[in-house]
Amino acid sequence: MYINPMNAAIECNNLTKTYPGKPPVEAVKGISLQIRRGECFGILGPNGAGKTTTLELMEGLLIPTSGSVKVLGKTWQKDGGWLREKTGISLQETKLSEELTVLETIRLFASFYEDSAHPQDIISQVSLESKSSSLIGKLSGGQKQRVALACALVGKPELLFLDEPTTGLDPQSRRQVWEMIQKFQAGGGTILITTHYMDEAEKLCGELAIVDQGKIIAQGSPGHLIKEFGGQTRIEVDFLEPGPDPDWILPHAEISQLCEVGPNRFLLQTSSLIDSLPKVLAAATSAGQSIQTIRTHQPTLEDVFVGLTGRHLRDEVAGP
Amino acid sequence: MNPNPWKKSWTSGPLAQLVYTRLIEFTREPQAVFWVYFFPLLMAFSLGIAFREKPAENLKICLVGNSLSHAKWNLDNASGFVFSNESREVALGLLRRGRVDAVLESRLENGENQPLFHTDPTRSESALAKARLETHLAYLNQPTLKPIPELFLDLGGLRYIDFLIPGLLGINLMGGGLWGVGYALVDLRVRKLLKRFAATPMLVRDLLLGIAISRFIFTAGQVVILLGTSWLVFGVQIRGSFFDFCVLVILGGFCFLSIGLLVASRATKYESVNGIMNLVMLPMYVFSGVFFSAERFPEMLAPIIRILPLTALNDSLRAVMNEGRSLSLLGFEIMVMGLWTAVTMGLALRLFRWR
Repeated sequence: MYINPMNAAIECNNLTKTYPGKPPVEAVKGISLQIRRGECFGILGPNGAGKTTTLELMEGLLIPTSGSVKVLGKTWQKDGGWLREKTGISLQETKLSEELTVLETIRLFASFYEDSAHPQDIISQVSLESKSSSLIGKLSGGQKQRVALACALVGKPELLFLDEPTTGLDPQSRRQVWEMIQKFQAGGGTILITTHYMDEAEKLCGELAIVDQGKIIAQGSPGHLIKEFGGQTRIEVDFLEPGPDPDWILPHAEISQLCEVGPNRFLLQTSSLIDSLPKVLAAATSAGQSIQTIRTHQPTLEDVFVGLTGRHLRDEVAGP
Repeated sequence: MNPNPWKKSWTSGPLAQLVYTRLIEFTREPQAVFWVYFFPLLMAFSLGIAFREKPAENLKICLVGNSLSHAKWNLDNASGFVFSNESREVALGLLRRGRVDAVLESRLENGENQPLFHTDPTRSESALAKARLETHLAYLNQPTLKPIPELFLDLGGLRYIDFLIPGLLGINLMGGGLWGVGYALVDLRVRKLLKRFAATPMLVRDLLLGIAISRFIFTAGQVVILLGTSWLVFGVQIRGSFFDFCVLVILGGFCFLSIGLLVASRATKYESVNGIMNLVMLPMYVFSGVFFSAERFPEMLAPIIRILPLTALNDSLRAVMNEGRSLSLLGFEIMVMGLWTAVTMGLALRLFRWR
């Protein structure tokens, strides 16, 4: 995919990062990306895949071992000061000072920027008005994460870097954080987000790069990735009694694959659930079989990852 | 774009905000307030009272013999003595055991009561008691004799508390620089706040200045409280110029701030910074003459002890506070602190890491 450089928020070429040591650790092994302005771009991968290192290379917090990064058309080496004004960052774990209030914290961060939003405005943007004068130490995890987000937003950035913004949060807090990210995007902002939650990636990101062991192994929109790598929809049928010969269903539906899992359980794979399901039911009836349960499973990004690597997203990666 | 622009005054600038947030953070930690402000006072009080100077003790005299003649000697007017009456045997026994310093006997000689001293030749108090009583009796017999005028030495600047307070100021400046700056920075680094700050347009200069200024404000408070209280309670004074004193406090503070910065330039764990701090501070606690004079250490250690920054600070503070010396006479100490500041600050800025 080619993006006009004028429209690219981030462009990086063959980025690598090797941490010195014995043996040296190659955290990023050649990543090339283009991220369009106004897009929410996700980097999805398991823990230890090199997501954070990739992000920090783009944030200008790490210097690449080789390769180049351009953010908003500029480089960190030459225009670092300008870029800091235009980007907002939320690190994976930052312990803000517990003894400061929300307002004091936001005001401190606001003071760093040439052009900053009014602290009160930002606090209402992250819906923390009622906590404005509470100490950070007294906030819940979700509220703390929203303060971190407010610190990232207070400089009125064009580009937001978020490193696993919802890790460890309860479902309601996660939804609140998602809403804020979507609001930022609706206002024309660009977002680069890392996550190991596929629901988060599917919900927020228009474009995704799946990263494993320091490399991009697939890239595209969530729909495209699922279609390409997720495999087919599965239908699992349980009969009350041991089922008939599996051949009974083949002429009836767009079944690409059929296997017998147990004496009265069948697993079917189909390209079209809507077409296949009624036919499966009809075939069972005409064969005189009573169906106990039917389960269907549509492919997700998890299946994409498993299909590509043979491992699950939440598995720890072995080795260095 | 923004209908509600925020920045209006210098108080919303980064340096002012960094100083302000550090100050309020500090005041919200009662423990920190205790250690910074009350602990030094506690130390000054307990040591000042334990080692306060007592006036010379009264000499103990046992009187033996005719009590009428004792009265004639007008002993009530003799100051610096405690008198008691005993029989001759008991009195001599007390003298032998060192319980009294001398025995004054009234003895009948040629029909008149004459004084006779019993003293212990091995004890100077005994000789002193005899000499002073003898003088008293001599004046009694010759009313024309006048005592030679006597002036007591002004003890100001020579008492233990006068020695102690500059030393306590010194260790507080050292602790403030190392803990207040070094530990604070490592704490920011461990909490990843330093990295978070690095991702904003804030300048390193503002961060370090902010920490330094807020530290100076705490330290100024510390110095005022410690000095004010020891002046009120113990009468400790600054005999030299107050300006010179301030220059030394600022120079000392800056010197330890630089050392703190160097200690914190790379450390990424609380444990490692604790270790380095102790390594740096302990020798100075021991050798730099905080609680007792550094001159008590062997001669061969003196050149090393003299170039420790805390020794330079303590010695120069004592010279200004107790001897009223001016800075121009303290070139060596000022040079020692200046060199430590320049070298450690230079290294610290070179080695400093955000993460």
